[in-house]
Amino acid sequence: MVTAAFLVATLSLFFSGVPGLLLPRGSVAGERLALAMVVGGSTLGLAAAVGVVLAPAPLLFSYPWGVPGGNFALCLDTIAALFLLPVYVIALLGAVYALGYWPERLNPGTGRRLRLFYGVIVAALTLVLTAASSLLFLVAWEIMALAGYFLITTEEKKEEARRAGFLYLVATHTGTLALLAMFILLGEASGSLDFPYPGALAATGSAAGIFLLALFGFGLKAGLIPLHVWLPGAHAAAPSHVSALLSGVMIKTGIYGLVRLTGFFAEIPPWWGWTLLTLGAVSGVLGVAFAIAQHDLKRLLAYHSVENIGIIALGLGLALLGRSHGLPALALLGLAGALLHVVNHGLFKSLLFLGAGSVIQATGSRQIGGAGGLLRRLPVTGICFFGGAVAISGLPPLNGFISEWLVYLGALHSLHGERALSLAAVVAPTLALIGALALACFVKVFGALFLGAARSAQAAEAREAPASMRWPMLLLLAACAGIGLFPASVFPLLERAAQNWGVEAAGGLLAVAPPWPLTFVAWLLLVLAALLWLWRRRARRQASAADTWGCGYALPNSRMQYTPSSFAALLVDLFRWGLRPERHGGRAEGVLPASASFASHTPDAILDRLLLPLVGGGARACTWLRARIQNGSGGLYLLYVALTLCSLLIFLLLRG
Amino acid sequence: MPEINNTLLLIVILLNFFTLGSSRLGACIRAVALQGAILALLPLTVNGLTPHALGLAAGAFAFKGIFIPWLLFRAISEVRIRREIEPLIGYVPTLLLGALSTAAAFIFADSLPLVAEHRGTLFIPTALATLATGFLLLITRRKAITQVLGYLVFENGIFVFGVLLTTAMPLMVEAGVLLDLLVAVFIMGIVMHQINREFSTLNTERLSSLRE
Repeated sequence: MVTAAFLVATLSLFFSGVPGLLLPRGSVAGERLALAMVVGGSTLGLAAAVGVVLAPAPLLFSYPWGVPGGNFALCLDTIAALFLLPVYVIALLGAVYALGYWPERLNPGTGRRLRLFYGVIVAALTLVLTAASSLLFLVAWEIMALAGYFLITTEEKKEEARRAGFLYLVATHTGTLALLAMFILLGEASGSLDFPYPGALAATGSAAGIFLLALFGFGLKAGLIPLHVWLPGAHAAAPSHVSALLSGVMIKTGIYGLVRLTGFFAEIPPWWGWTLLTLGAVSGVLGVAFAIAQHDLKRLLAYHSVENIGIIALGLGLALLGRSHGLPALALLGLAGALLHVVNHGLFKSLLFLGAGSVIQATGSRQIGGAGGLLRRLPVTGICFFGGAVAISGLPPLNGFISEWLVYLGALHSLHGERALSLAAVVAPTLALIGALALACFVKVFGALFLGAARSAQAAEAREAPASMRWPMLLLLAACAGIGLFPASVFPLLERAAQNWGVEAAGGLLAVAPPWPLTFVAWLLLVLAALLWLWRRRARRQASAADTWGCGYALPNSRMQYTPSSFAALLVDLFRWGLRPERHGGRAEGVLPASASFASHTPDAILDRLLLPLVGGGARACTWLRARIQNGSGGLYLLYVALTLCSLLIFLLLRG
Repeated sequence: MPEINNTLLLIVILLNFFTLGSSRLGACIRAVALQGAILALLPLTVNGLTPHALGLAAGAFAFKGIFIPWLLFRAISEVRIRREIEPLIGYVPTLLLGALSTAAAFIFADSLPLVAEHRGTLFIPTALATLATGFLLLITRRKAITQVLGYLVFENGIFVFGVLLTTAMPLMVEAGVLLDLLVAVFIMGIVMHQINREFSTLNTERLSSLRE
């Protein structure tokens, strides 16, 4: 019953864009039909996911398939359900949002194809998250990757989108290559292409190879530094509701793969956990540092995805260490934190991307520096964006706080273990650093976008988004607040997911992490904030009429405000060693300096300074070598034949 | 008659060296023709006067000893060249390489899993050395006509192998190989003519301007 609902939902999503293809360009009927199919499919899928959560045991479904090497096998357990819930929610809200953001009426050239691949990627995502055989997993993975490519290149007329799409395609195929090798090794270890049962594999022989290949392949999708190179460009180039889907749920499939894979093994070598912890810490800190240095709103949000993937990796690393050292409470806390953060990040990051889309539509630019004072013109977007910013900074009373708190508890719990394990407590200060930097970053973003005075004519004339764009944001904000204010409601879900992963702690999550004081603080903060707001509202009548950042000037103008770049300069300078920001101009000389300009720019250090030169050098070397080898002289070609023959003969001679 | 066989094969090897070391085209063609004629004797000395061997010997002699050399002489008189002026690798280094490859052929032949009756004979080393010589000619020479000679020497090497298998190999296959050779020489002749007419030289290097 639940499985049937899931399959129908997947089919409905997969084909949601097809009717639109048969209708003429610009037809509203196709748009409505696709929306109806996505909404119907997602709702049904949500119901199926709830059914999975309520079912007493994981639901298995296997159908003999015409394709050699494996069945069409699905496994619907709580881990899958936890990842599926945000997929359906965000897919549904994103499709509604698209009505206002990317209406067919205004985008007759790209709308149909956008909706087609939107449905395909959501269906493929749900299959990736439930596949229980390597072949099905890889097929769904590839469909997902290719649909992602077409979504990123929606605006293919722009050079930037084509470049981002190409980079993404290269990255995703490199990852798939690693995964292919990984699944072959896994198939050899388990003796079948169907996924093994949790805890069925011994961590011997090829286990290290399997883990490293999976870390590379899944890490490339998830965007762990230094494998994140494709992520900022791709998220920036895609339409905002697609960025929400890519960042909110698609990159999580990498995390899902790592969780699922580590669940197969009976025991975990400690170095797996340490590797993941290191990568997570690097991704978290550098991700947020890169984010602070960005001027492009969507690139900034994309770097925050890298940061949050880092936090999730920290949680997962703690969980692995808990399993290697036999500390079920640590494993439970780490895994629960990681999984909850997957859900939370899905919710608040898509909220932020939708908010960014609304800002971009209103101001016509992705540059943060061109906006300002939008809170008065876009109050709903402003409040939603503010909520997302609070959540992503890990502050109560919103949901980001809960998952980070679980990871904190895990980090402190590691002090209970052996001496070697206590080093993992370093995760706590790392998380604190990440949280503080994220807060600074969102102070910058929110301040520059929504506060102060408008810096451009378009920002001064900005109009609030239509209802179809406001409601999805409000619902996401409500979901974020719901998890933040009632954390205990999701704990049973996390416990069951941990059981599916092979971890069970005495007393469950409520015993190791009692959420009551936290809930109390969250409610208190909420009430205080409400009171503060009421008080301010009353006090506003006497407010003076000076401009923000006026500082007593008689005639301040909007160019005298702090720019986002100057606000971030202090922190960017702290991370010079990793970010390598570029500065142009900005020197005022003499007593009465002539007019000068200043610009700062932070390219992705790993992509622009490491990967591109390396790949470019490799390509030049290959071209040079090819020109040497294939130089058009027949005699030389014959020499190659002779040399090949000789080496084969010598090979035979040495063997025989 | 192993002594006669060995003598003939030694002459073949010497002719290899002569071809490698000589710059005069006419002398080279004569050497290759002589090599072909000597090889044509081999089926008779190995297998005796059977009809099969006789047919093979007659065919090989006619093609390798007479017809193809005649074609080549005609070709060089038509394009009026006498010498290979500047090989890619000089004559002395080529000779040294030829000597090395001949030595390698002898060493390699020793380690091959041969039938008892072929062990200790000069057939396999000669065949390998001749193949190597053909290859060297093809690689190091610039003129299209010397490359044809390389091709012929190469074929002679294959023929020596073939002689060992005369009883096993039907006449038709041998005839096919010879026909192949003839067609190849014809085509080479036509190509040579065209190269000459197009570039006023027979240097195949000019052809490299045709590459992509």
